[in-house]
Amino acid sequence: MTSSDLLTILPLTVLTGWACVLLLLDLFIPRARKGVTAFLAAAGVLVALALTLLQSGSELPGFGGMVVLDRFSTFVQALLLLSGLLGLALAYGYVKRMGLERGEYYTLLLFSLAGMMLMAQATDLIVIFLALELLSIPLYVLAAFARPKVESEEAGLKYFLLGAFSAGFMVYGIALVFGATGTTSLNGILAASSSSDAPVLLTIGAALILVGLGFKVAAVPFHMWTPDVYQGAPTPVTAFMAAGAKIAGFSALLRVFASAFPSIGDGMTDVLWALAALTMIAGNLIAISQTDIKRLLAYSSIAHAGYILMAFVPFGDAKVQAVSIAAGLFYLVSYAITNFGAWGVVIALERAEGRGLALEDYAGLARRSPALAACMTIFMLSLIGLPPTLGLVGKFYLFRAVIAGGFYWLAIIGVVTSLISAYYYLRVVVLMYMREGAPVRTSETLLDLTTASTAVVTVAVSLLPAPLFALASEAVVRLF
Amino acid sequence: MDFLLQPLTLVTFFPLLGVVVLLFIKEEQKNALRWTALVTSTLTFAVSLWVLTKFDAANPTLQLVARYDWITVAGWNIQYYLGVDGLSILLLLLTAFLTPLSILSTWTAVQERVRDFMMFFLLLEVGMSGVFLAQDLFLFYIFWEFTLVPMYFLIGIWGGPRRIYAAIKFFLYTMAGSILMLLAILWLGIYGGTFSVPDLVARGNIPAGVQMWLFIAFAAAFAIKVPMWPLHSWLPDAHVEAPTAGSVILAGVLLKMGTYGFLRFNIPLFPQAALEAAPWIALLATIGIIYGAAVSYAQPDVKKLVAFSSVSHLGFVMLGLFALNPEGVSGAILQMINHGLSTGALFLLVGMIYEQTHTREISVYGGLWKVTPVFGAIMLIISLSSMGLPGLNGFVGEFTILLGAFGSQAIGNSIYAVVSALGVIMAAIYILFMFQRMFLGPQGKVVEDAKQHGRGIRDLNWREIATMVPILIFVFWIGLYPKPFFDLMGPAVENLLGTLQTAAIAMR
Repeated sequence: MTSSDLLTILPLTVLTGWACVLLLLDLFIPRARKGVTAFLAAAGVLVALALTLLQSGSELPGFGGMVVLDRFSTFVQALLLLSGLLGLALAYGYVKRMGLERGEYYTLLLFSLAGMMLMAQATDLIVIFLALELLSIPLYVLAAFARPKVESEEAGLKYFLLGAFSAGFMVYGIALVFGATGTTSLNGILAASSSSDAPVLLTIGAALILVGLGFKVAAVPFHMWTPDVYQGAPTPVTAFMAAGAKIAGFSALLRVFASAFPSIGDGMTDVLWALAALTMIAGNLIAISQTDIKRLLAYSSIAHAGYILMAFVPFGDAKVQAVSIAAGLFYLVSYAITNFGAWGVVIALERAEGRGLALEDYAGLARRSPALAACMTIFMLSLIGLPPTLGLVGKFYLFRAVIAGGFYWLAIIGVVTSLISAYYYLRVVVLMYMREGAPVRTSETLLDLTTASTAVVTVAVSLLPAPLFALASEAVVRLF
Repeated sequence: MDFLLQPLTLVTFFPLLGVVVLLFIKEEQKNALRWTALVTSTLTFAVSLWVLTKFDAANPTLQLVARYDWITVAGWNIQYYLGVDGLSILLLLLTAFLTPLSILSTWTAVQERVRDFMMFFLLLEVGMSGVFLAQDLFLFYIFWEFTLVPMYFLIGIWGGPRRIYAAIKFFLYTMAGSILMLLAILWLGIYGGTFSVPDLVARGNIPAGVQMWLFIAFAAAFAIKVPMWPLHSWLPDAHVEAPTAGSVILAGVLLKMGTYGFLRFNIPLFPQAALEAAPWIALLATIGIIYGAAVSYAQPDVKKLVAFSSVSHLGFVMLGLFALNPEGVSGAILQMINHGLSTGALFLLVGMIYEQTHTREISVYGGLWKVTPVFGAIMLIISLSSMGLPGLNGFVGEFTILLGAFGSQAIGNSIYAVVSALGVIMAAIYILFMFQRMFLGPQGKVVEDAKQHGRGIRDLNWREIATMVPILIFVFWIGLYPKPFFDLMGPAVENLLGTLQTAAIAMR
């Protein structure tokens, strides 16, 4: 191990180290003041974010090619750390209010975040698996954090069992790919697959890896756990999981498929096409009948996994794959920001014993708290993909890539399902603005700040998206 | 600063200033809220007149262009690109003209959540002006979709009993059309390397096979908005449930966004497809004219009657546009303005009487003219204008359109013009029949009831008269001396048809 090896994973190391230190420090923080731990955790994330930004632009392989520091990893890690910060901000008041405040919450979140960051840098299937477990195991615990609430315990257990199941797929896939190519390094696989005499084995291996990661990003038909886990887990955990796990899962998918498997692109395109279409259709259709806001957003999150999956469909087509992966990255940013905002509103309305989570509880919100209702409207518009929000720009970018790849029917399925989604997102708006009711809303500085700032960013960046476009497309330049 | 002081930028975004001011006024100060909105929209109208003074009617191309790079990274080429020409100047003026009048009509009608109402109304104006001025497809799409949001709230919050159903139906129908347009826009952007409409038109050369698909995708968005038969079923619901001011803007401006879309995008971008589609569109337009008129006749609700008459009137506009000759197209543009004035005025008048009686059943009225002479007289003038009486605005537009449709090579069959002419007669029947039942004859139940309760039905007050007078001026002006209006659009129409001529030659 050389110092340049360490340099490649510097932010990750700092974050992991800080999480370990925090675990000890937390022992000395009095029980009534665990909020301090939250701020210490946030400080660690901020330092890691600063280091990540300082490293931007550098391209370094490390640990004998097992990890890499490149523009892609920097982009994804910055987004992940931002998600971590937002996740902490949403949790800060909530855990106190719901009586869940324990220092482990914040350290677990940091460990999970570290796993996600490793995922973005991994260039070896073994490291990817390691990262997957590192991000998942703390999340299992976090999902069950509201014990002894039955729903939360159920969420933790379900997530754990299905997570273990999907990890099994993943490992088996890695084994098959190793069998086919004799290596687990992505570059090695790329080199070997062009001359490999066992393409069938390689294809099956790649498909199994897709299944494993498909579980993580909640693509249909591997989505069954999502609604229950999202509903049962404490809401800030859900918000963090929905954004973070999705970003990490997709970044691994992007890297693995773009840099290791272009040779089987033709065969995989149809599979990914079907997966994307199925995810968009099922996610949006099932969301219509939901009456609980957490389940509604869970299905919405599944549907958005489908939209992001569209970015993979042209992979292997050298002309458009860079554009489409950049579009996928941009969409991840837009989804993450909108997602945190929407969950922030959910948290503001949630009360003890799981009350305040039915859609009906949003009735009359525009009268009681016009600003909060306006923010929620912006998030709903963004999830539909209407101006003036990031969601529209994201879809514009994504659909352009799909059309450039020539997948017209997929694009049509995409826009038609967006139309379907308008129906259920608008239901929330209808309730807030057009029905009478007396919703009870919690106001906390950090929470309100998070909701308001994500709403402002959702609108402002949609009007001036050029810098983010540029960053996203620079991020993928060296990927191939 | 240079960016903000562009006349077209200013006219588009000026209402935002009012939105900001509204944020700082307390909800209880209802009159302050109303005055803020009224002054803002009147100033916007003044800015639009300033735009008119700078507009050179003899110039057929885009003028007062504001063009800046917006998103020009990563292979994108999106510009902030506004411009006005003879095809859009009148619609811009109509938007700026109808908005303050609509706000004036809400003075006593809207009592709940006045601030939200005014904010949505001004935001709507931004969206509408933007639609008529945007010359970049991405920018256009943003404005186009954005108009949905405030209108959805206007119907859904301040509408009638079935307002939520109507609002969602309006939203989903319109969005259903525009998502297909989105895909077509993206295809064009990839194909042409730019989203700028003039550049795409100049580049031309879209393969004939693809043209028809793109034409259909764009037409889906616009035909729903117009609305063309058989895609009109959202319109009666939206109109009936919308508050008066919402109906006025819906009929007066939003529907024109559909016909304008055909004019600005479908015809010049896909000329060959437009020529091929012309007979089919003429057929649908004719069906719409007759169907709308027949259904209007059968309506017991006066607002629904006016709503269905829009289907009929907009059929004329579509027929004129796809006659694809100078008479047809200029008649259609003028008829867009006429319909905005007459139907807008009809909705205003219906709203004024509804505010007093809370019913729109035609059968319970009767003998109103005797009780409310001013109201009756204005209603008569507007009704006559709507059915196309010579000397008033409606006649000029419909006559020119029929003239164009009759001799149109693109439509290729004068039967459509002949059948459509029947629509004019049918309009006279349903409108006069409505007028007769409401204003003439023995006094109806509502009038009697009001008398018994000792309040009677009052005539128009000064505010209401002030709302109607500006419209009446234009009704007569366009009816008696339409030349200045035709002059504004003439060169641009010639220019547009020139593009088409080239395409027609290439087709042979």
